[in-house]
Amino acid sequence: MKTTLAALLSHWRRHPVQLATLLFGLSLATALWSAVQAINDEARASYARAAQTLGQDRLATLVRKDGSRIDQAVYVALRRAGWLVSPVLEGDKRFGEHRLRIFGIDPLTAPPQAQAVDVAETGALLNFVAPPGIFYAAGEAKTKLTGQTSTPVRVIETIPPGVIITDIGQAQMLLDARLQVSRLLLWPEQSPHRTPLSEIAPDLIERAPDEAGDLARLTDSFHLNLTAFGFLAFAVGLFIVHSAVGLAFEQRRPMFRTLRALGVSARSLMAVIVVELLSFAIVAGLVGVALGYALAALLLPDVAATLRGLYGASVPGAIIIRPQTWALGMAIAVVGTLISAAQGLLGVWRLPLLASAQPRAWAQASRQTIAWQLIAAAALFVAALLIARFGSGLTAGFVLLASLLLGAALALPAILMAGLSVGGALSKSAMSQWFWADARQQLPGLSLALTAMLLALAANIGVGTMVSSFRATFVGWIDQRLASELYVGTRDDAEAAAVRAWLVSRSDAVLPIWNVDGEVAGQRAAIFGIADHATYRDNWPMLQAAPDVWAKVARGDGALINEQLSRRKALNLGDAIALPGGYLTRIVGVYSDYGNPNAQVIIGVNTLTQLFPAVSRLRYAIRVAPEKVQRLADDLRTTFGIPEQNIIDQTAAKNLSLQTFERTFKVTGALNVLTLGVAALAMFASLLTLAGMRLPQMAPVWAMGITRRRLAAMELARSLVLAVLTAIAALPLGLGLAWILLAIVNVEAFGWRLPIHYFPGEWLRLALLSVAATALAAALPAWRLSRLAPSELLKVFANER
Amino acid sequence: MSARACVVCLCVALVALIFVPVFAPGVAPVSAQGFAGLGTSAEGFALPTPGKRFSFPADHGAHNDFRIEWWYVTANLQAADGTRYGVQWTLFRSALATGDADGWANPQVWMGHAAITTPDRHHVAERFARGGIGQAGVTAQPFDAWIDAWRMTSRAAATADALSSLDLKAAGADFAFELKLDADRPLVAHGDGGYSVKSDQGQASYYYSQPFYRVAGELTLPGGAVAVTGQAWLDREWSSQPLSANQVGWDWFSLHFDGGEKLMGFRLRDGAAGFTSGTWISADGAAEPLAKGSITVTPLSTAVVAKRSLPVRWRIEVPSKSVDITTQVLNENAWMATAFPYWEGPISFVGTKPGRGYLEMTGYMPIADR
Repeated sequence: MKTTLAALLSHWRRHPVQLATLLFGLSLATALWSAVQAINDEARASYARAAQTLGQDRLATLVRKDGSRIDQAVYVALRRAGWLVSPVLEGDKRFGEHRLRIFGIDPLTAPPQAQAVDVAETGALLNFVAPPGIFYAAGEAKTKLTGQTSTPVRVIETIPPGVIITDIGQAQMLLDARLQVSRLLLWPEQSPHRTPLSEIAPDLIERAPDEAGDLARLTDSFHLNLTAFGFLAFAVGLFIVHSAVGLAFEQRRPMFRTLRALGVSARSLMAVIVVELLSFAIVAGLVGVALGYALAALLLPDVAATLRGLYGASVPGAIIIRPQTWALGMAIAVVGTLISAAQGLLGVWRLPLLASAQPRAWAQASRQTIAWQLIAAAALFVAALLIARFGSGLTAGFVLLASLLLGAALALPAILMAGLSVGGALSKSAMSQWFWADARQQLPGLSLALTAMLLALAANIGVGTMVSSFRATFVGWIDQRLASELYVGTRDDAEAAAVRAWLVSRSDAVLPIWNVDGEVAGQRAAIFGIADHATYRDNWPMLQAAPDVWAKVARGDGALINEQLSRRKALNLGDAIALPGGYLTRIVGVYSDYGNPNAQVIIGVNTLTQLFPAVSRLRYAIRVAPEKVQRLADDLRTTFGIPEQNIIDQTAAKNLSLQTFERTFKVTGALNVLTLGVAALAMFASLLTLAGMRLPQMAPVWAMGITRRRLAAMELARSLVLAVLTAIAALPLGLGLAWILLAIVNVEAFGWRLPIHYFPGEWLRLALLSVAATALAAALPAWRLSRLAPSELLKVFANER
Repeated sequence: MSARACVVCLCVALVALIFVPVFAPGVAPVSAQGFAGLGTSAEGFALPTPGKRFSFPADHGAHNDFRIEWWYVTANLQAADGTRYGVQWTLFRSALATGDADGWANPQVWMGHAAITTPDRHHVAERFARGGIGQAGVTAQPFDAWIDAWRMTSRAAATADALSSLDLKAAGADFAFELKLDADRPLVAHGDGGYSVKSDQGQASYYYSQPFYRVAGELTLPGGAVAVTGQAWLDREWSSQPLSANQVGWDWFSLHFDGGEKLMGFRLRDGAAGFTSGTWISADGAAEPLAKGSITVTPLSTAVVAKRSLPVRWRIEVPSKSVDITTQVLNENAWMATAFPYWEGPISFVGTKPGRGYLEMTGYMPIADR
């Protein structure tokens, strides 16, 4: 056994590049997979924590039917009627550059399940409830609050990132919600002697505990996306492993035969090979998971930015090492290795003991196999069409994606074969016919690597098209949306009044940006009041609009909603909609609102102030000639002492938005590049494998007088032809992918649909990149061929039966 | 309720509310050091002084310039079938700071305790509330004291003392009660006209009682509603000065003698002889402070309750009033498992002057902790 193992291992000593390819491929595949898993785990853990905040996952709550805030008097009335409820006020508050979520609680009535912090050791109740109070937050939030508040901040790391817990009295002041609460937590045990809810507060309804949390639901699709990417990367990585292992099996075939002839049983030979493979899997798996963590740590800040940007979800920027990620990474490395080696192992098992050594092409695929694959591919494409036509929802989107990709992968050999046949039919000379015929001969050995290339390329084209379409739409949209030249945030009502008066003679228009938060159609929503002004009439990015839409809004005859709300709740023009407070109106327009996780409603500013007299009136958009912007901003700062960050001009606002956008898709870009890199490696490994096995095909041609140099050039050319054909096949697949992402996955995941834009330059760049990568991968085998000792080629004939 | 009120008030209000986990009014073990730590400061708050003249109805209301205050009712009740019950209804006020403020910024914290003791069960509930938002409070005129749905309301005639006729109600998860309390005799001031000394170091409180209530009403228990009658005792006490530093707990008695007299007596334990005090109230309502040393309370036997060894039989002697009695608890397990836990329950007694009453014991350490 030991001798057998030593004999087997000696192979790797003689072929270190092969060993490196195997280990590297496996590590890389495991790394990409583990990185995605680690990121997903981190994000999910943070959603779970958010869901647990104040026991929301375990406690039922009372909320207003219309989603607006509850009068504090209702809370007191319920308590006095025997209800054990505890008030919570929740809302967002901007501190400098950062938006944090404030939870105001009443520690005296909070149920034990809602214990968020324990101030027994850290301070007295008095300090918590008496101004300026105390903020409890995680370290990350404390950093964000530095210099932004006079309230002491105490760090409790179990509080979700981006959340501040403070006394409800403080929260009412911070959120400008005097005498209001968001919801009432219900103690699990209620007195049977309490008065029925309908008699005290008919406006309230009981809502069951939310075990998953909104964030987990909202971000599901995003993580599914990431997982799909991780899986794709892993699958592509396995192609590398498959190639390397296949080569090793092929090259050791004589050794296996010798060992068997010497008396090693097939069973024990198998056992030794499995031990060998498992050792590689474990080593590579360990390296892979470690690499995965490094990669995750590198990517997480961007993922966190994405999640914050798209969903308002706060995920910490640091990765925690979790045992299950290690276990899963190792398991997938081992399973992946065994799957990749299955074909080779089967060959060893069936190895005819005394058959003479016979060179044969590795994994010779018959025409029949290709035909069957084509049929399966056709079935998958039909299924994809049916899903596209009749399916709905995110799952359908992903099944559609999977069918399309798998179908394309299965169809690729047939497509390439057809392409090569056309090439052969068009060629006249014997040499070029041999070129095409030999390419077809080579195809079965390369088809897996080419499939990897196809998938990577298609993913790149698809995701690239999606991101670029998004960017193109976003840039246009932001020009419309940020039409005003200057945006200013005043600090209190007096300053607001003074600034408005001051601006009258110095600007073309001062437009209020006033909003309240509430629930609309069961969604957390911001309700904005908008002035009747040309700025909006000319620029606002409407998707659907009733005639005279702006006049209607100004008169209080209707509301505009954003696309997210429209799609999520299937609300369209003419539908009725209830605003917080029970105000009923009609939808007269739907506008695009990219990058906003929440629902939004726009009504006339007069309607807003009538409905919500307490609305904060601090923010304004200013219209002024572009050349006066800088001057005006400076004057505002010096005249009123308004802080730097409270005045932002259009250019800066756009840059900020675009930066956020770019950051959001940085991860996608990184994963794309990595996948393509892995595919190139797979190509390299396959070509390396084939080079050794193809000598018998080369030797006769060489013997007929073709120089090694010419042969090498033809080898290179063959690989390039295959790469080009694959790239051509990847284009429609990539566009199909882009369409699915834009028209189905995005709509489900983000709530908006984007028009598809085409970027042929980008495709050309990708195709060239993949061809270049192939050329690089083919260079070493070709170079070796050109330098091959003639004796090696002669050997082919010497060994001939 | 004097001393006990004091204690309860101190312990409960201060310990529980200030030093206990704010987010979970859970169980907070109180140590002797905990009491000692509270024994001193009253900074910024008013202090009781001798020579006070109570002014009603104003003094029935809250005294926010004092740190601690309570409205404390205990009742010895009986059903038609002879079954005995005890009922407790207490509202505590504790100021976290001096001064007044609107809304949530109000420094007053309110706490309610309610209990029904039967011969074999003890039902307890507690409530917390912030002042300033209307969830709990006391108004002097018309008299109304409440926390959540628990309420003590006056239905006295305009000419009578507001506390002479009260409606009292509370409910927990497994019990509820609604009682009517009526007294035909005057309020009783303890100590020196209401100035009740609590230690040799001079700690004191303002303290008056209405011990003469006749009670009728209904208890709701897991087995159904029970009509009850009996007698009740109300204590009103406020102060800013916690116990003296060495006082670790107390034993407090309120006794209704069958002959119509009443006795309030307490012993503050300090590891030495302790500090005892009391008031003898004749059947017509005349109050007589008991001079130091004129009342003796002696534990006779103990029972283990809530991991503590508690005296459940006592001998009480007031030689000047020919009182030599032995008390017996109705239910040993009258344990108030509240944020600040203590024992409070109905007792009966035999001897020279038999009758019924209430016993409160605080500051006993769990056995394992000693």
